[in-house]
Parts: sequence; structure tokens; C-alpha cells
Amino acid sequence: MEIDYRIYEHPIIRFKRGRRVRFYFEGRVVEAYEGESVLAALYAIGVRVFTWSKKLGRPRGAFCMIGKCSSCFAVVDGVPNRRICIEPVREGIRVERQRGLAEIPRVEDVEPVETVNIETDLLVVGGGPAGLKAALTAADQGMDVVLVDSHYRLGGQLVKQTHKFFGSKEYFGGKRGFQVAEELSKKVLEHPRIRVYRSSEAYGFFDNKVVGVAVKYPKPLNLVVKADAVIASTGAMEKGLLFENNDLPGVMGAGGAQTLMNEYGVRPGDKALVVGAGNVGLIVAYQLLQAGVKVEALVEIMPRIGGWFVHAAKLRRYGVPILTRHTIVKAIGENRVEAAVITRVDENYRPIGGSEKKLDVDLVLISIGLTPDTRFFSQAGAVLKWIPELGGFTPIRTRYLETSIENIYVAGDASGIEEATTAFIEGEIAALSAAIKLGYGSKEAVERREKLLSYLWDEYRLSPVVSRARAGKLKATVSEEEMMLIRGKKFGGV
Amino acid sequence: MGFRETGVIKVGELERLGLMPSRERLKKGPVVIAECPEEIPCNICVDACPFKAISMDKIYGIPRIDWDKCIGCGVCVAYCPGLALFVVDLSKYGDKAYVTLPHEFYPPPRKNMTVKLLSRDGRVLGAGRVVKVWSYNNTWVVTVEVPKEYAMEVRGIWVEE
Repeated sequence: MEIDYRIYEHPIIRFKRGRRVRFYFEGRVVEAYEGESVLAALYAIGVRVFTWSKKLGRPRGAFCMIGKCSSCFAVVDGVPNRRICIEPVREGIRVERQRGLAEIPRVEDVEPVETVNIETDLLVVGGGPAGLKAALTAADQGMDVVLVDSHYRLGGQLVKQTHKFFGSKEYFGGKRGFQVAEELSKKVLEHPRIRVYRSSEAYGFFDNKVVGVAVKYPKPLNLVVKADAVIASTGAMEKGLLFENNDLPGVMGAGGAQTLMNEYGVRPGDKALVVGAGNVGLIVAYQLLQAGVKVEALVEIMPRIGGWFVHAAKLRRYGVPILTRHTIVKAIGENRVEAAVITRVDENYRPIGGSEKKLDVDLVLISIGLTPDTRFFSQAGAVLKWIPELGGFTPIRTRYLETSIENIYVAGDASGIEEATTAFIEGEIAALSAAIKLGYGSKEAVERREKLLSYLWDEYRLSPVVSRARAGKLKATVSEEEMMLIRGKKFGGV
Repeated sequence: MGFRETGVIKVGELERLGLMPSRERLKKGPVVIAECPEEIPCNICVDACPFKAISMDKIYGIPRIDWDKCIGCGVCVAYCPGLALFVVDLSKYGDKAYVTLPHEFYPPPRKNMTVKLLSRDGRVLGAGRVVKVWSYNNTWVVTVEVPKEYAMEVRGIWVEE
């Protein structure tokens, strides 16, 4: 029988698969469904190695699955370094894996790409919860908006969230993430004042005024966007963890596995070890059970479970052990994970000799935290600050979310790791701020912004379970006066 | 070890947090037990309750149940994003009690099915009969008949394919 890892029966999601398409993978014909990414389609038929490392030629598997890492760089129709996790399957395309660094094609060998200049009031980079909400808010204030996203589907990481959101009804509490993604994407796509470019990567901010955007489909385009304001809601990426064979295919970001199973309906493996019992680890482990994957254990190096009790309780009911004061020692396998060794640790987080245990797993999912995706901000020259509570570097900003580059705003996980509810609120605050500053915002907009700020800082974030994130966000936020100093201007300067 | 170390809450901990109805109330009829001990910023259950029996002093408060208003209808069981609400009915004569719990696994549970009864730490406590099933947004709300002594233990079911 042919290998097929696709999920056909799922308690929460009905996977809508499009028409059959066929593409070439290293000379072989692969059947896939429209809507799948090339990587998902290959994973579904059992491909686990997607690149080989430059120096040692070590096999590399899928890791992030959302277009952030370099584990799936491939040559697509002669163009190298394409991330096939965000490359939609199309009839007849040719895909080859890369061994080490790819040869960059000569200019004369590739089709010339047209440059198109456009102007807009607001450019939103990233169509996740913060970006979608920002685009809708700004458009409703009368601004013309351009939204770009590197994926071919809007919604960011909402599309793979199958649990019901916490929070309050106003911010989609009670709805499942993918349902919120559908609702917001539809509104954005139908809005007359929002232009959307999908499969489009904002590659840089130039001359203090324009953003370059590489549009990949339907027609390759170099889009140069001149915008009065930019909201960059670029999201986050998963952190890796140091252990022996941590690059073995089958070692994956927990969010990566979540993308495979919940966005594409492809089972990431048969038996999993999850490393890290924060909310992401706990939630993904539960969703693995829903996708028919056995979860052998969750290991957590700290003495306590990091995520919320309710998520941990859901797992324990179905017999999944959560081992605190435990960590992974190594992954074992030839070309793919065949087992993993875990160990107990002492008070100093050092392995206790003799406590090692070998687990028979084909998946090792890493969920030790996320780090803000600040590539756009660092290229643009925004001042970043290292804030451990927020997952790493993040742009400093005012309470209105404006960064050290005037008229560039940050919202969502790029402003420090939190969750979807705060991303929606931040997206709205950033959009209102841009509108107010550029003369679009009405009096109601000012009032609404104050209300949101007060809800965010003085109610929502006061919950003790999010106190660490609140402390981090405080560290990242400076006053208007401080920001003016940082920008090299004098007090009271314009 | 407490629930933050184990992911399993004890009845004593629920009592200390004021989340357990009194014995007298339990004997009267079905009633909700919110196994929600942390101050999560979430008030979905407050809005969900048709009888306004759940309140919170702030968005991140622990749910406070008015046991006199709660009739154990189970609407909140379906809505709770944490799948942390359960209805227990200890009012019936005989040796059976009824537990209403959320379920999100395939295959779907059906009325009169015999299913495995799971404890908070995943132990199989025996088998029980499903007496009622309904669903809201793909969460099944399942009422199972359990031996009375397990009413405070059964918090999950497993349906064999």
C-alpha cells in the first residue's frame, strides 16, 4: 500500500482538500491536493529529509514549517532557496532538494522581474492576528492599506490553532483559532480599502521611506511600497535546543508539527516526545492525541509545569505523563529519529547519572519557547532590546507601539511573545495610533485607543499567569520623551 | 506535590479554593464543578451560563459559582476553552452517579455506548454507559453513568474504535 500520512477523520477539523495536482519531485511524479504546501505533500508520502547540511552533509528534516527557518530550502523550477513549507503545490512544478549551498542562477538565466511602485497610507507586514486586526482597524478609519504576508494563506499561526480561545467574547474567546482566521481573512480580503499580497516577502526598508516586497505568485514582482506608516506584525519563530543529534529529521518545532497536522491534515509521526511543558508544548501534545499520534511523554526541565494547569490536566486525563525535572539527552537514529534518551536533572539542572531512559519515538518536538521575528526591524535599523521575558530581542516602542523609527509600529508576537488576544489588541492599538498620527483618527479613535490600553495593561495583563510577559512588555516600553531622545532629537522637538 | 507540578488537582485543593459545592448541594441535583484554579484571563463561562450563576470580579478571576442558581445544565462545559468544567449529579437513588464532561476525540461518543472511565491522572476506573451526548462547536458534552464512589474521580472517557 502507498504511504499516506494524511488525516481523514479528526474530531475538530474537516480538512477541505482541493483538486488533485501533480508535480515532479526529483524526477518522480507526486500527487497532491490543491491547497497543500510542497513540504506537506512530500511529508504525507513519507519524505522526511529535506536538505543536507553544507559541511558534513547531515540530513535535515522539517523544523518550523512556517517559512522562518532554512531546513526546507529547495530548488523550485530552477530557483534555489525556496522554502517549500510555504510553497503551494502547483501542477507540473519541479522540486529538487538542496545539498549544501545552492548555486545561485546567473541573472541572464532567469526571467526578469518587473518592478512596480505603489503608494499607500499604511503597509501591514504580516497577516496574523495582529496584522489582520491592524489592517481592518486602519481601513475602517479611512486609510488605504496594503497587507503583505509570506504565506499563501492569511491568518498567520491562527490557522493551526484548534483549541477554543480563552479571553473574552470581544476578542474571539470561545472560538477556535482557525475559525477566527477564516472570519478575519474574509473581512480583510473583502474590504475595499485593503489590498492584499500573499506569498509576498517584505525584504527591507530603504531610504527611510519605502519597503521592498518580493511577490512570488501569481506573477513574480518586485513591489516597492511607499507608505506613510508601516505596522510590522512579523510574528515569532521557535527556538531550538542543544542536545546530541538535535538536527536529526524528526526533531521538529512543536509549532511545526502543529502546522503539519492542523493546517494540512498530515500526521507528523506515530509516537512523540515533547520537550518543554509550557502552553505550546501542552496544547500541541493534546492536539497530537487528537491527530492519532501517541505521546510517550512531555519532559520539562523546571520543577513545575510552565503552562496553564487546565492544559496540563487535559493531557493527564488521557494518561500522558508530564515529567518535571527531566530533559532530553539525545536523539537516536539513522537519517530519522528512531528513539530518544531522557534524563532526570538535579537542582542545578544537571543530568543525574543512571536516570537515563530510552523512549521509542519517531518525533521529538521542541517547545521551549519562541523568539520574536525582528528581521524586518533590525534591517530597518530600529533600536532593539534583549528582554528574556519576551523571548529575546524586540524593538523598543512607545505605549502606542511606535518604534524608534518614526511611523514604523510593532504589534503581536514581534513585540514580545504573548498570545492571540493581546496580538489582536496590539494590532488595533497600532492601527489607531497610525491613524491618529496621520490625521485619520476621529475623537472616537482616541477614546477607543485609551480604552484598549487600559484594558490591556490594567486588566488583562494583571493576571498572575501572564505576569512575566507583562514585566517584559514594561521593559520594552518607553515614554514619548525617552523615544525622542533615542531618536536623537531634543525634548520638545518635532 | 500540587497541581502545578503534576497537572492533577485533588478534591482537597478544589475545596480549599472554594470550587466545590457543599455535600447538601451535591445531593440536591446536578451542579457544576469548575476545575479552574489559576487566575487565567478568561471569562467565557460567565457569558455562557444561561442562569447567570457564574461570576468573576475581574477578567482573570477564578470562576465563582452560585450553587443555588446553577441547575447543572452543562452549557458551560461545552464553552469552557480549558475543558475544565464538569457537572456532577449525586442526587439519584442507588449506587450510580452521573458525570458530564467535555470530549474532543474521534470516534464520536453515542448514547448507550459503553466507554472507558478515566481519572484525572489517566487511570482506567472501569466502564460506564453514555446516557446523553450533545455537541457545540465540535466539543462533545457527554454524560456518563458512573459508580457513585467515582463521581469525584471520573473526568474523562475513552471510546474504543
